[in-house]
Amino acid sequence: MSKELIDAVVDMREEDAVKIAENLLNSGTDPLSLLDDCREALGIIGNRFAAGECFVPELILAGEMLRQVGALVKPRIEGKSSGAAPKKLGKVVFGTVEGDIHDIAKDIVEFMLEVNGFEVIDLGVDVPAAKFVEAVKAHKPQVVGLSGFLTLAYDPMKNTVQALKDAGLRDSVKIMIGGGQMDDQVAAYAKADAYGKDAMAAVTLSKGWVGVK
Amino acid sequence: MPKPADFDKLTPSQKLEARLAAWQNHEGIEFANKEKEQEYRFRAQILTDVVKMKKPARVPVLIATGFYPFHYYGCSCRDAMYDYDKLGKAMTKFHTDFLPDAVASPGLYGPGRAFDVLDYKLYHWPGHGVPENTSYQCNEAEYMKPNEYSDFLKDPTDYFLRFYLPRVFGALEPLSALPPFTDLQELPFVGPGMFHFGLPHIQDALKKLLKAGELSLEWITKVGQIETSIITSLGLPKFQGAFSKAPLDVPGDTMRGTKQILLDKFRRPKELLEACDRCAQLMLDMGVRNSMWVGPPTVFFPLHKGADSFMSPADFKKYYWPSLKAVMLGLIKEGLIPFMFVEGSYNQRLDIITDPDIPAGTTIWYFDKTDMKEVKKHLQGWACFSGNFPSSLLKTGTVDQVKAHCEQLLKDLAGDGGYYMVNGAVLDEAVSENLHAFVDMVKAYKA
Repeated sequence: MSKELIDAVVDMREEDAVKIAENLLNSGTDPLSLLDDCREALGIIGNRFAAGECFVPELILAGEMLRQVGALVKPRIEGKSSGAAPKKLGKVVFGTVEGDIHDIAKDIVEFMLEVNGFEVIDLGVDVPAAKFVEAVKAHKPQVVGLSGFLTLAYDPMKNTVQALKDAGLRDSVKIMIGGGQMDDQVAAYAKADAYGKDAMAAVTLSKGWVGVK
Repeated sequence: MPKPADFDKLTPSQKLEARLAAWQNHEGIEFANKEKEQEYRFRAQILTDVVKMKKPARVPVLIATGFYPFHYYGCSCRDAMYDYDKLGKAMTKFHTDFLPDAVASPGLYGPGRAFDVLDYKLYHWPGHGVPENTSYQCNEAEYMKPNEYSDFLKDPTDYFLRFYLPRVFGALEPLSALPPFTDLQELPFVGPGMFHFGLPHIQDALKKLLKAGELSLEWITKVGQIETSIITSLGLPKFQGAFSKAPLDVPGDTMRGTKQILLDKFRRPKELLEACDRCAQLMLDMGVRNSMWVGPPTVFFPLHKGADSFMSPADFKKYYWPSLKAVMLGLIKEGLIPFMFVEGSYNQRLDIITDPDIPAGTTIWYFDKTDMKEVKKHLQGWACFSGNFPSSLLKTGTVDQVKAHCEQLLKDLAGDGGYYMVNGAVLDEAVSENLHAFVDMVKAYKA
């Protein structure tokens, strides 16, 4: 474990983090341990975000650092087992509903879910109800997350929940909604299970639904 | 009343009074009848009262509209951008039936055919990237590259002409090959600087620009007619005058994009701050230049990247607020009223925005999702405030829920004046009975 790398990521020193990762790899450090370090750092950042001590720009930069360290590590672990990866808490199928092309909130929530141990299946933006149904059938998630920024997303959210019901899948998943103009009122309208006001709320809801504190 | 000859010599508060009087006295507007003129004056007066933080004769109620009028009328969102006859009919029906206290601009939707000619890439709009009944949405991308801050700072107009506009308008892509206009100096330089305009692909781009200009002129003429007709036949004043933006939102919204602008504070903080300062000059100029003497003396700011969810209070203080405050103070000096639309929430910024350098009674704060009790606590006696009636309730609630929520907000906020009612986010979707209940409830309210 490299405290130096963890500190660089946590302190938002992007250039240092990448340089330290390069040096570690060049000096023969196990590439997989770098990913563990990143996970550790992201856990700390996630906790700070939850406590209101860091904000969205820090999450975005943390994601960027993870991507860059991952790109350095990847060629060195190809073919190796990545057995170090911890077991996932559960699966979440996530997407921005039909007609809405906003992705920022979606990406941040997905990032926080991943940092907190969930496997996220990202369906992208402007996702038709049928695609959510297909993804739930294929991936069997415990949770479905519907994102939307505008008031135009109210009906597509409702339609997506209805489509899952029509496909006989509604009882197999918990459904959360979130984004700009969403609230508890819209969750009730769409017949979702809950509204999450931010990324941490999505994590808390998902953990509750898979039985993790 | 004409603009006073000595306007430039007036103090900021005298300028504001002169502008308010010109707006209230509706220079050049002929009403359908005396009654409509009186209704206009009454509405302009209650709006003026709340801006000055007085108790109005009744609480004004506005409706911030997106594409709702077209759903209500029964045409598509696409029609709002392509069929100006339907645009006019839908906007007229909406205002006639709901009768808010100010006009919702028919100019919000833009000329679709001009966008087609320009091959506008910055947005999806109804029937063009999103379904015909869906509102337009921004296509965020890095239209300004990270290494181009210095080009933008050196000469924003040149940067827009040769870099930015060719990227957001596909039809203008050939203009990226033009040399800067500052090359056109002495006689021997003119030929080498000018021949580019003879090249077929540049000429083609310019022809499309001319066509887009014609289509936009046709559109703005029609929009002006529709708006004037609503004002004169219904006695509704305009309340939103010119437009401006928070300086950081200029690169943040449509040039660098949200993710990139939030990363720029780590990767190139000095250039980001320089860009904010540069954009402050541009945004002040835009706000003043576009303010019409006879129009409302407000300059509307849709605020985006400074919201609670996008940055820490410390970053807001460092990156967002100083340049925005500079634009606001510049407008106030000209007798204009910064009309701040806080999208998302500012629960963590209320201490910062209530800046003692900003004189009391010179700004309007319209909130989307900020806690309104806290707003009142911070802003009462300093500025006019409004907003945060949930758009979700207008679409998914019942009439009783709408009435109850409305009553509670009025009880909590309206008693001391300086407050008007408006829905929090622009309205694309609503149940008409709910919207009627919303407007009627406010009009009937006795403080």
